Amino acid sequence: MTRYIIRRILQAIPLLFIISLILFLLMRSTGDPLAMMGGRRATRPEDRERLARQLGLDKPLYVQYLYWLIGNDWTKIDMDGDGVAETPGDRRGVVRGEFGTSMVSRGRPVLEMIWERLPNTLILMIPAEVIIILFSLAIGVYSALRQYSFVDHLVTALSFVGYSMPIFFIALVSMYIFAVNFKRWGLPYLPTVGMFDPQVGKTTGQVLLHMVLPILSMSVISIAGYSRYVRSQMLEVIGEDYIRTARAKGLPRRMVITGHALKNAALPLVTIVGLDIPLLLGGAVVTESIFAWPGMGRLFIDHVSRADTPVVMGILMLISVAVVVSQLVTDIVYAWLDPRIRYT
Amino acid sequence: METAIESPIAAVPEELEAPPLTPRELVWRRFRRHKMAVAGVFMLILLLLYSVAGAFVFPESYANLTETGARLQPPSAAHPFGTDTVGRDILARTIYGGQISLLIGLFAVVVEVIVGVLIGAIAGYYGGWIDSVLMRFTEAMFNVPQIFLLLVMARFFAGKIPTVQFLGRTFSGSVIVIILIIGMTSWMYLARIVRANFLSLKEREFVLAAHTTGTTNLAIIFQHILPNSMAPIIVAATLGVASAILSEAYISFLGLGVQPPTATWGNMLDGAYNYIESAPWLWAFPGMLIVLTVLSINFVGDGLRDALDPRTLAQ
Amino acid sequence: MAPLLEVQDLTTRFDTLEGVVHAVNGISYTLEEGETLGIVGESGCGKSVSVLSIMGLIPQPPGKIVAGRVLYRGQDLLQRDEEQMEHIRGREIAMVFQDPMTSLNPVLTVGRQISEALVVHLGMTEAEARHRAIELLAMVGIPQADERYADYPHQFSGGMRQRAMIAMALSCNPSILIADEPTTALDVTIQAQIVDLVKTLRERLGMTVIWITHDLGVIAGLAEKVIVMYAGFIVERGNVDDIYADPRHPYTLALLKSLPRVDRSSKERLATIQGLPPDLLGLPPGCPFAARCDYAVERCRQENPRLEFVASGHEAACWVDVATRRSDSRPADAVSSKSTGRER
Repeated sequence: MTRYIIRRILQAIPLLFIISLILFLLMRSTGDPLAMMGGRRATRPEDRERLARQLGLDKPLYVQYLYWLIGNDWTKIDMDGDGVAETPGDRRGVVRGEFGTSMVSRGRPVLEMIWERLPNTLILMIPAEVIIILFSLAIGVYSALRQYSFVDHLVTALSFVGYSMPIFFIALVSMYIFAVNFKRWGLPYLPTVGMFDPQVGKTTGQVLLHMVLPILSMSVISIAGYSRYVRSQMLEVIGEDYIRTARAKGLPRRMVITGHALKNAALPLVTIVGLDIPLLLGGAVVTESIFAWPGMGRLFIDHVSRADTPVVMGILMLISVAVVVSQLVTDIVYAWLDPRIRYT
Repeated sequence: METAIESPIAAVPEELEAPPLTPRELVWRRFRRHKMAVAGVFMLILLLLYSVAGAFVFPESYANLTETGARLQPPSAAHPFGTDTVGRDILARTIYGGQISLLIGLFAVVVEVIVGVLIGAIAGYYGGWIDSVLMRFTEAMFNVPQIFLLLVMARFFAGKIPTVQFLGRTFSGSVIVIILIIGMTSWMYLARIVRANFLSLKEREFVLAAHTTGTTNLAIIFQHILPNSMAPIIVAATLGVASAILSEAYISFLGLGVQPPTATWGNMLDGAYNYIESAPWLWAFPGMLIVLTVLSINFVGDGLRDALDPRTLAQ
Repeated sequence: MAPLLEVQDLTTRFDTLEGVVHAVNGISYTLEEGETLGIVGESGCGKSVSVLSIMGLIPQPPGKIVAGRVLYRGQDLLQRDEEQMEHIRGREIAMVFQDPMTSLNPVLTVGRQISEALVVHLGMTEAEARHRAIELLAMVGIPQADERYADYPHQFSGGMRQRAMIAMALSCNPSILIADEPTTALDVTIQAQIVDLVKTLRERLGMTVIWITHDLGVIAGLAEKVIVMYAGFIVERGNVDDIYADPRHPYTLALLKSLPRVDRSSKERLATIQGLPPDLLGLPPGCPFAARCDYAVERCRQENPRLEFVASGHEAACWVDVATRRSDSRPADAVSSKSTGRER
């Protein structure tokens, strides 16, 4: 088992490097960051050169990647253009946790900016994930046990509709119903902007209230999809011979469902949950835009449109690491849960 | 009481059966059984008619005609879907927007299928280090959520591709960009499937036979193995159209997709959330159209998947 | 003394998309306490469906028990509801299935799968049940039973799994053990071991056994009474000695002829039964075996023969006397077609 874990970790590392390389090349080769730097004044050629040297943009691409990855404080760079490298670099590189500074918010360390916004995104993502798991299981199992009934057909139809909707449409519809119309009808309504009402302050109650609609929007699509998956898994499991054996032993129905069927059906769901992380992250981008939620997704959009390479790269790398790690964890958890893998 | 001994009668000759169905007929029959899938096909046809035939009712210029005096008007006889923030007729815009959205969906899938099949086929067929490299690459791309890649690529390819004239219509460069980048970020799933298929099929005897008669590798890949992997490719491609339409909607909604005045269903929703309360028709109609289209495609794809399911087809 | 189990005119069918499958067509038999009954027939002849009907394990829909009574100790099991049947299954009547790999839940330990029945039916505590389960495992010949208790099914070999299944079935001291082709999926040598095991346990515990198989060889040493089934009908019934010495139905005759025998010359061709089993979707009128029968006469194709006594304690359903090839021209009774549907 530990060998399996180690092997998976070792496989993940080169993957991360490849990802970082791809992303880096993508960023560097599409656009001239320097063009954004000058502000309203046109930059003088000397300034451009100096900036280029400072940011290491005058070096060949692979050197730039190297510096970005492991920094340049172990070498000297030529700051004054005389062809002689004399000033030690000041970058420690991504591997040592330094993502550079933002080009737009001049000088602010990228990591700091991300760190500021990350918790806000997590506040949305983690509860969303929990809700997705619980509801998918509940709906999927319920549907499977009542196959071909009216409820089952209804749930299937709704599921189809659910994952055919773009997230922003769900958001708009839910905003329309729960915020706009509730307000019109005099019912207590849900807020749609930001994390808290500035007049009331950042209280737990406020945040919770503001969380409802964004989390709802993020969860619907996934629940729609996964409940169908759980349903089909459950149906498949129920048809298995060992369920027949369990029933032949005279075990009560509830015990057969929860003790025997569910354990087998829920196992693949673990994998699905792990794969959902990238989806949630993506969904966060759009959701945060609509609801003006100050999270990482919004940070990304704001800075992509302004070509702020370090910030964008920082977020992308972080996300990629998160995805790879979550896949790793999922694989390990799955292997641990399934005795057929654990005991071989 | 017993009669005299009778000679046993020979077994009755087998009744003549109806000739067996060809695979295509079988698939069609099974597809027809899925009422949802058939409904999906009808809906798609209707939507296609809407976008294509509608173009004969409203000229494109009308869709882009801004009439600031008539901005933000609710649905009425003159403007059945209302008008938008600069007074353009929403009905006409959904028609033309539909054309673009559907076009993008279709062509993005073409790109996706080409790239995905190529990579999957080569990786699966040749194996070895080629496979390793390609699969690492695929996995790496897979690991970054699509929307992030789309946003980055959209931003940085913006303005790089000029407008094109095609069939008498002008398409802004951003349409081509969108098609390319959606295609370039969606092929991974297909590549995996194709590779898995190739891995299992290349060991089969018909491949061996082809080898021994001297067929070139290229011919084996494209003429022998690939036709046998069509089922999952077709299903993935169908569902890919839905996914592409959604992706386009997402990036256009975020303002980095197709730029106005060219309409797409996605960019019609951009900024609509500022007017949730005051002008729900701004987002309701294009949104509904997206949902209906994606929904029908999903139905069709689902029906296709069941109809083409190799496990049950092999009977 | 009243028989332990009495099956009367059991008729089960399945409503499928392609039509109605008449799986079991009015079979009747009795089982005295301590007897071993063998049910013999090809795949698809309805033997499994008939015992699953007794246990109430037929999925309804698409299955439906349309007629008959199953009297266990005088009570009709078919009239009992699900909860009552849960008390019967495992506790009074237990079942062992054909494929032990798929019949055991892969994510639960073997020991757990034995002890849960003990907890449910006999009210034992977890500890008591565990203790008893280990005893049972030892009883069926599994070495190091206390360690093996915590193993998972995939860690057992095929023969051991089947032994565990038997332990599971016997755990609550049922009155009847139904074994549905328990050795079909095993090696011949393991097969012999399992048969021996069942014989030993049968003597020790005084069990009543129904053993289903397609292998006549196994029945010879195991059962006292035999039922031969074909296409959902019983075609011959009697003591095992009578059947083997003097088979009266062409099908039984053909089955016996097709057994490879050690004492025959190896140059002889193996006898086979021409043709294929009938399609249960559309049984022709008349005897279901007529199309493959060497003795068929015209009457066979029109009227389905009923079971008639051909000797004391020996019944067969055939118009033709296979010894003399003289056919029976007595008028048939009112019911002559295949489906004896006495509606409940």
